[in-house]
Amino acid sequence: MVTLNVNGQEHQTDADPATPLLYVLRDDLALNGAKFGCGLGQCGACTVTVDGRAVFSCLVPIAALEGRAITTVEGLGTVDNPGPLQRAFMDEQAAQCGYCIAGMMMRAHALLQENPRPSEAQIRAVLQPNLCRCGTHMRILRAVARAAQGARSAAATPQESVR
Amino acid sequence: MLIRRILLALLVVVVIAAAAFFAWAWEPAIALSDPPDPSSFDHETVQRGAEVAALGNCRVCHTTQGGRTFAGGRPLPTPFGTIYATNITPDPDTGIGRWPESAFTRAMREGVDREGRHLYPAFPYDHFTHLTDDDVKALYAFMMTREPVKAETPANDLAFPFNIRLAVAGWKLLFFHKGGLATDTAHDETWNRGAYLVQGLAHCGACHTPRNRLGATEKRHFLAGGSAEGWHAPALNADNPAPVPWNADSLMTYLRTGSAPLHGASAVPKAPATENLAQVNESDVRAIANYVASVAGPPSPERQQKADALIEQLTKAPRETVGLAKSDGETGAPIFAGACATCHSETRLRGAGGARNLALSTALNAPDPRNAIHFVLDGIHPREGKSGPFMPGFAAALTDDQVAQLLDYARSRFTSRPAWNDLRTRVPRVREGKDQS
Repeated sequence: MVTLNVNGQEHQTDADPATPLLYVLRDDLALNGAKFGCGLGQCGACTVTVDGRAVFSCLVPIAALEGRAITTVEGLGTVDNPGPLQRAFMDEQAAQCGYCIAGMMMRAHALLQENPRPSEAQIRAVLQPNLCRCGTHMRILRAVARAAQGARSAAATPQESVR
Repeated sequence: MLIRRILLALLVVVVIAAAAFFAWAWEPAIALSDPPDPSSFDHETVQRGAEVAALGNCRVCHTTQGGRTFAGGRPLPTPFGTIYATNITPDPDTGIGRWPESAFTRAMREGVDREGRHLYPAFPYDHFTHLTDDDVKALYAFMMTREPVKAETPANDLAFPFNIRLAVAGWKLLFFHKGGLATDTAHDETWNRGAYLVQGLAHCGACHTPRNRLGATEKRHFLAGGSAEGWHAPALNADNPAPVPWNADSLMTYLRTGSAPLHGASAVPKAPATENLAQVNESDVRAIANYVASVAGPPSPERQQKADALIEQLTKAPRETVGLAKSDGETGAPIFAGACATCHSETRLRGAGGARNLALSTALNAPDPRNAIHFVLDGIHPREGKSGPFMPGFAAALTDDQVAQLLDYARSRFTSRPAWNDLRTRVPRVREGKDQS
């Protein structure tokens, strides 16, 4: 039995310890946001965060995850109450087919947790492992920048916004 | 009194020795000259200079990540501190635009800059001192016809006493042997060309020869394995740990393409060198490959037999179901099965995407675990805009302890070498970039 902490909730799974996290998320926990793309860590569609850092869930066996905090795109908000990053992606209409978007958001989420004010160059560099075949990259970049901006203005005190 | 006389005599000797050292160590500044007109160099010389620069790997150190080529600023971590590669574009103020050729030649051959300051041997002048007049001249022509880039080089960050330039003069007195290489008449022209490239221009030993505690390459242990930027540079002599012995052909393929079918792919910091060697004259790469193969010598019949048996076993192994390697047993096994086995087949020569069976891995067979740790943490990434071998890094996915468990498992599963006993301390140090030994 491996115990997984996903989006703040503990789940017990009897899957083989070698099973990649992605399969447990999708098949056992019904968290279908993370997608299977290449299964080789080359496309980023399966990206989730572990202890705040982006990982390819298709290549992380659950044996390595006991006691670590896993966040999936479902942990960023709900359909009725989307989180700021999800809201920004919607506002910019950043998804076309949408297959890559959960992974894009999770890698962007890890970036914004670590650096709330990334430059465009930093956003581009960090998102580099995640592929989008529709070509909505410009919208994705804008969405991440927008989420960062939103977080800043929300956090700004009145004094700061005067300055 | 006798003691007084002896002390006095000693003092005189020390003063004279010090004076002699200073006189020897002192190098004059060479006057600035107007930047030469790029059109004053003939095209053919510049073209040859481009080859010299590629074989000499100049741009690898003299370019920062994402920075302009040859504009310097790249930090080179050494056991003595950080040295920043200088701007070698012909910018008159921040580069070498106003260096006359004599100053350039002196820097290359003697490790002294235009102002007469001794250069740190991170700049491998102990190898470049072997360069022919023609090559230095061509390289000067090439550098002076590059686009000038204005970029100040950051100050070096070295611990005392290494931050004193004069200390480098003492270092040279002990370890630096100036001068060209004699032709070895016992060998043919190709071999001699290879010797010149490996020992001189391509400065292979700068990484692949061990250095002593003062950072000088140990000539007795030529190409016996060294260090570079926190990586282990494998031995290229008979001690090379590759399970399948290298020969001139496989070396040629590796140096030319960055990957060899029965060995694997080059990664940081080797990849930029193979990228350069892909562009130069084929005969020069052939000469390097021949010479390195001759340094290693032919493998023993037992070693070759073992390698042949391994290749046959891997080639004939039945196809397995991808990603479903057995996960019971040792602690690292499920991690290997879930994280690695999708690409690295446990039984066959090549897994998904062409990844090699790890039984062929030099890193996993090496005496030093650093490269294996680097591969697991950082993966392999082609340079931006380039295609090439790829492996994702697992730094975020695996803890230090898990990386150690995984490598323990892989080392015992795929090699017949003794376990690495220092993984638990090495993994965190490599992760933090502190393993610069």
